[in-house]
Amino acid sequence: MRYAETGFQLEVDLSKGSIDKVETDPEDTALLLGGLGMNLKLLFDRVPPGTDPWSPDNLLIFGNGLLNGTFVPGANRVSVDTIAPVNGFLGHSLMGGFFGAEMKMAGYDRIVIRGQAPDLVYLAIHNDKVEIRDAGHLRGRLMDETQTLIKQELNDKRAWVAALGPAGENRVIMASIDCGNSSAARTPGPVMGVKNLKAIAIRGTKDVYIANPEKAWEMCSRLRKELDLNPNIGDWMATDEDDSFHHNNFSWGNARVRRKTFWSNELEERWRNLKYDHMSRWTGCWNCPKACHNLIKWPNRRRFSYKCYGKDTYHMAAFQELDFTYEILPIAMDLGLDSYSTPQVIAFALELLDAGILTEKDFPDMPSDIRQKFYYLLHKIAYRDGIGDVLAHGVSGAATIIGHGAEEFDHNTVKKFEQLPIKLGKLNPAYFLMIATGEEMAITQTEGSFPQDPITDPKLKEEFINNWVAVPDRKFHEWFRQWEKRDQLPDQAMVEISDWNECMHYLDDSLGLCGFVSSFRGQFGGTTGYHVWNMPDLITLVAGIESDKDRLWECFQRIRTLARALNNRRGLRREMERPPEDHWAVRDEEYEQQLLTKYYDFKGWTFDGIPTKETLEKLSLGYVAEDLIKNNVLTGDEVTALKDPRANKEKE
Amino acid sequence: MERNEKRVKTVKEIIVDTSKCVGCRACEIACSAFHTIPKYSSVNTARSRIMVVMDEFRDIFVPIRAGQYTQAECNGRNRYMIDGKEYDECTFCPASCPSRSAFREPDSGLPLKCDMCESDPPLEKPMCVDACTFGALTYEEREEEKAEQETRGDIEIAFEVLAKKYGKKKVMDAFTRLSKD
Repeated sequence: MRYAETGFQLEVDLSKGSIDKVETDPEDTALLLGGLGMNLKLLFDRVPPGTDPWSPDNLLIFGNGLLNGTFVPGANRVSVDTIAPVNGFLGHSLMGGFFGAEMKMAGYDRIVIRGQAPDLVYLAIHNDKVEIRDAGHLRGRLMDETQTLIKQELNDKRAWVAALGPAGENRVIMASIDCGNSSAARTPGPVMGVKNLKAIAIRGTKDVYIANPEKAWEMCSRLRKELDLNPNIGDWMATDEDDSFHHNNFSWGNARVRRKTFWSNELEERWRNLKYDHMSRWTGCWNCPKACHNLIKWPNRRRFSYKCYGKDTYHMAAFQELDFTYEILPIAMDLGLDSYSTPQVIAFALELLDAGILTEKDFPDMPSDIRQKFYYLLHKIAYRDGIGDVLAHGVSGAATIIGHGAEEFDHNTVKKFEQLPIKLGKLNPAYFLMIATGEEMAITQTEGSFPQDPITDPKLKEEFINNWVAVPDRKFHEWFRQWEKRDQLPDQAMVEISDWNECMHYLDDSLGLCGFVSSFRGQFGGTTGYHVWNMPDLITLVAGIESDKDRLWECFQRIRTLARALNNRRGLRREMERPPEDHWAVRDEEYEQQLLTKYYDFKGWTFDGIPTKETLEKLSLGYVAEDLIKNNVLTGDEVTALKDPRANKEKE
Repeated sequence: MERNEKRVKTVKEIIVDTSKCVGCRACEIACSAFHTIPKYSSVNTARSRIMVVMDEFRDIFVPIRAGQYTQAECNGRNRYMIDGKEYDECTFCPASCPSRSAFREPDSGLPLKCDMCESDPPLEKPMCVDACTFGALTYEEREEEKAEQETRGDIEIAFEVLAKKYGKKKVMDAFTRLSKD
């Protein structure tokens, strides 16, 4: 009997047209939990290092977090993983909502897609009945209508449909996969597109079992109430209309201009009215007491929902106001474009036009109004028309194709992946490490447990420390106690802060917990819903897998190291681990490299950023070590970074 | 015929404020977990006796509680237009009925009906209400004075059954015949 998980995964090969329900090994669950952890193993085992992300041999995996579909509050996230066409490394995205729970109730922990359908298809799953259906009639259909049409076709209003819009069908790098109010943005969209898979519809009516019913229920009921009452978790942006933080600190346009005094009371009041005059309600995800989505009805647009910083990206890229985001978002979503990277790509293109690297000829019949320019480029990109065909490669890809100095304007990517538009003054060492080394590629998928800023008032500081349950070790108390200035803490602290921050995301993404009630929400206020002290109890009570803090921490290390090894095998090395050169105004190359070495060493990685054989074996990843040696990524004799002669040279 | 004193009945009500529903389905999850044996040993919203009818992009969020089982489907139906989209009457219907799969045990097809989480000892409020942290579901108990109610004795019930089966006249004839003997 398997608890929390079903013990089965659905494996679909779209080239062969084969569908298999495959039983999985519970030992793997104990080692890798579920979600991201299990997906990584599949990618490592089944996608050979030289595989082109666009090829049928790439996998697209929708992996349920271990706790999804149970009554653990806030556990609903599906980890959607693949090898990303944008950079050839792990492509990782998370989708909340209801798709995961429905998949569990249909009897599957994950759906593994391989191959490429000869023509556009969709997958219809109802428990054990799984069909690959023709989707010719859905070609070019928008996101919302695709989901509606498939539900009608299946005559099942309760089915959940994860679909592509035209952008995904056209393999646009910024394409996302949407399901109701949730989306797996960035990286998996174009892979689903190249596989000719328009959508996956799922409906399940089977039981998801709980290992220790009474105790699990008691704990989860208590947690639900705690999460509900905890003001530091959920999405503040859903209710707090003071958004001076993003507008005054983040950069506008192509991550270019800071407007430090943009926010005002007058603006806040005006935007508050704008929002609530058009808002239908807040909506939530499966079994979560936080409702983070704002459901908006804008004139002449279909109703849509957004959350968090998605509220700002379009108008900040276009130097407009909130009304612009509200009017363009439903159109962009229907085209199936992600709202983080797409606005940056458009702003980048318009900068190139201003700089004369692109010319008017590249933008035939483009309107003069900035808003209309955005609509114009949105459609060009989604349908890969003219310059849109180039921009569909994302900022880095497009810059390479365009050349003639366009590369200089690609100044906000790490490993070709668009980052949050943050351009600050002084280097923040922990952030340097997280941005440089994050396998999940976006800082929001890495930061979150240790506070962003110190508390200076001694009384408040002690109060904070006393209430700080989430810390995995008392040394974080001490570091926080001595912390005065943002960038000043011992290097060891910076390294371990990055480590803890990562830890929580890797665990969340494997258990299915949402970062907004866990990993992402410790940095403001310290009181997360989940931490390494209550996660083990949940795993034991709900999934029936013995766990404690140390075992859980080792799961994190194993999963994180596996992600690193997967990327190493695909060519990831130290020299690629660089935040954008202008991310901070003041940089110190030597210090940064020393930090990186210390971080690698702490992780048990080589000077080049590859886990050593010993590290891998310690984490029950001996098979990974063997594989890396076979593929000449490791010799097996490597030492950790600080023991490398190059590290001493660094010090001199 | 016996007559009772005036009687006070407790009416249990779940008040649904659809404007507060966020569609998290915590009510469905709690319901399905509570009604499994042993309690809380599984989650399966298809077994839930409450379901949130959701259509986010039309702003439809309506929790519906499973009502009576009906042997036959309706012979006439209403259609609702909400925010430009058409819904048939079944969409918001609480009945377990032959025309659809809602509110039926997924394995056996047996009808499901809300029992207000009847339990010994009784719960303070039904599980779905307790799970709803958004206030979309609230529970009220109302004392309702019932009009005088007649209770019927065994003989009356027996006659009623006979009358139903054979018609009043036949029963009266038989009674008259018997009383002459």
